[in-house]
Amino acid sequence: MLPYKTHTEKIRLIQKAQLSLIENVEFFLSQISVHKDINAFNFLFDDAIDRANKIEQKIKEGTSGKLAGMVIAVKDLLSVKDKPLTCSSKILRGFEAIYTATSIEKLIDEDAILIGKTNCDEFGMGSTNENSAFGPVLNPLDKLKVPGGSSGGSAAAVAANFCDAAIGTDTGGSIRQPAAFTGTFGIKPTYGRVSRYGLTAYASSFDCVGPIAKNVLDLALILKIISGKDELDSTSSESNEIQFPSQNKKYKIGLPKEYFKEGLTEEVKTGIEITIENLEKTGHEIIDISLPHSDYTIAAYYILATAEASSNLARFDGVRYGLRNEKIRTFDELYNLTKTEGFGKEVKRRIMLGTYVLSSGYYDAYYSKAQKVRRLIKEDFDNAFREVDLIISPTAPSTAYKIGDTVNDPLQMYLGDIYTVSANLTGIPAISVPYQSENSLPIGIQFMASHFNEEILLDIAQQITE
Amino acid sequence: MSVSKDEIKNIAKLAKLNLNEAEINEFTGDMNKILDYMDKLNELDTDNIRPLSNPLETYNVLREDELKRSIDREDALKNAPGRNDEFFRVPKVIKSDKK
Repeated sequence: MLPYKTHTEKIRLIQKAQLSLIENVEFFLSQISVHKDINAFNFLFDDAIDRANKIEQKIKEGTSGKLAGMVIAVKDLLSVKDKPLTCSSKILRGFEAIYTATSIEKLIDEDAILIGKTNCDEFGMGSTNENSAFGPVLNPLDKLKVPGGSSGGSAAAVAANFCDAAIGTDTGGSIRQPAAFTGTFGIKPTYGRVSRYGLTAYASSFDCVGPIAKNVLDLALILKIISGKDELDSTSSESNEIQFPSQNKKYKIGLPKEYFKEGLTEEVKTGIEITIENLEKTGHEIIDISLPHSDYTIAAYYILATAEASSNLARFDGVRYGLRNEKIRTFDELYNLTKTEGFGKEVKRRIMLGTYVLSSGYYDAYYSKAQKVRRLIKEDFDNAFREVDLIISPTAPSTAYKIGDTVNDPLQMYLGDIYTVSANLTGIPAISVPYQSENSLPIGIQFMASHFNEEILLDIAQQITE
Repeated sequence: MSVSKDEIKNIAKLAKLNLNEAEINEFTGDMNKILDYMDKLNELDTDNIRPLSNPLETYNVLREDELKRSIDREDALKNAPGRNDEFFRVPKVIKSDKK
């Protein structure tokens, strides 16, 4: 077990020479190796120990950065120079990144230790981490269950004590839902708060980079570090600095009536009810609100996200990188065989869907229609946030699925994203806070706030955790 | 709206994917199920609604047009499945009469 709970405690132990950073990294590596069946990592970084040695010196000399010695795992969708980048896809086998993602560069600059690249659904497409060329990830809390997805390896690595924290990405819930399924904390920042430079694009108007951690303090610390405008991502924003810890404020919390109609399992319903009761007891005000277009979020999301995906993934043409079949004779064969042999089934399904909704004759009926519905959904949230500070919901309608349960029913898997996709459609920040009930796997309580209000998400998360 | 097998074949062609008969059948089933579900958007009247393409609605993010170093040629070529000196190597595009 680890002798510390938060990063601040860890630093203090190292300063007092009560914890060796090298032994700490060795402990994580041994845990990863003992629990190899979890399959959380695609690659481990062999320079982690060496770096631990250097950073331990810096800590003792008092010259270290804010994340000194924090051991972080990185989703294999983000570039780290000279390290493999596969997006858990066969198409990128053998690829080595030629630059480092801005968010990861910031972690390195603050003396974090990167331990490896985590498994995920191929290109971030999936909610179970079963769509990976590296095989499925198991949920460390119950190995018959999925860890969620697409950042399943990142969440599993945090839950299983393979690292202190992890970086995930969230296009439709891919940080929050795995955090919920593994009992960890995950935050999807406001769109543009964290640079996307060096993140392999899935759906560019939705993609966000964010942390998964064991507690709110570490989550907030990492988020603060990776935030900020980046010249290399023109959609990144100059934003307010996140002030945390903040002072235990009382909030108006909206409870959308559309979210509690059907499809919720008993554990989730009870967990939410108890949380709401506690929030009221501690002085927060719960207000019934309406998000009238909730029923249309999944349809709008999957039309737009797959359309963007089909366009983004066109770059995998086998010219500059990617696998190449030696039998290729013509240019058409080069494109066709590279994609056909390189992409997995769910990626192909989404490319097909995206190509269809963008094809002439269907563009207006699907793509353009969905963009208009996206505005209606955003207006629902704009209206709600005139009345409340926060919106509460479950992160997912159930606890972790059984492995194999949604493999043959993609629509069923998509429907599970009902509570998470709205934050991506509207660009608002959202956090998943673990709730442990007595006899089941953990569930996630999700809070959403208006643009650039991560601060109050962290504050409420901290309050309900205490 | 229902999608026929021929349409699926055409979409696969546009997407540059070779699908076998089993995959065509499977994707036809999946796509019909998914698109049926998506048709629920037609319940909404969106005539006077402007499309939303970026959640923060930012436009024209400009910067100075300065010459900067980016990626070295060797780095750019390092992951190429085929190369010839400083070029990416691809199959021959132009047909030759000689032979």
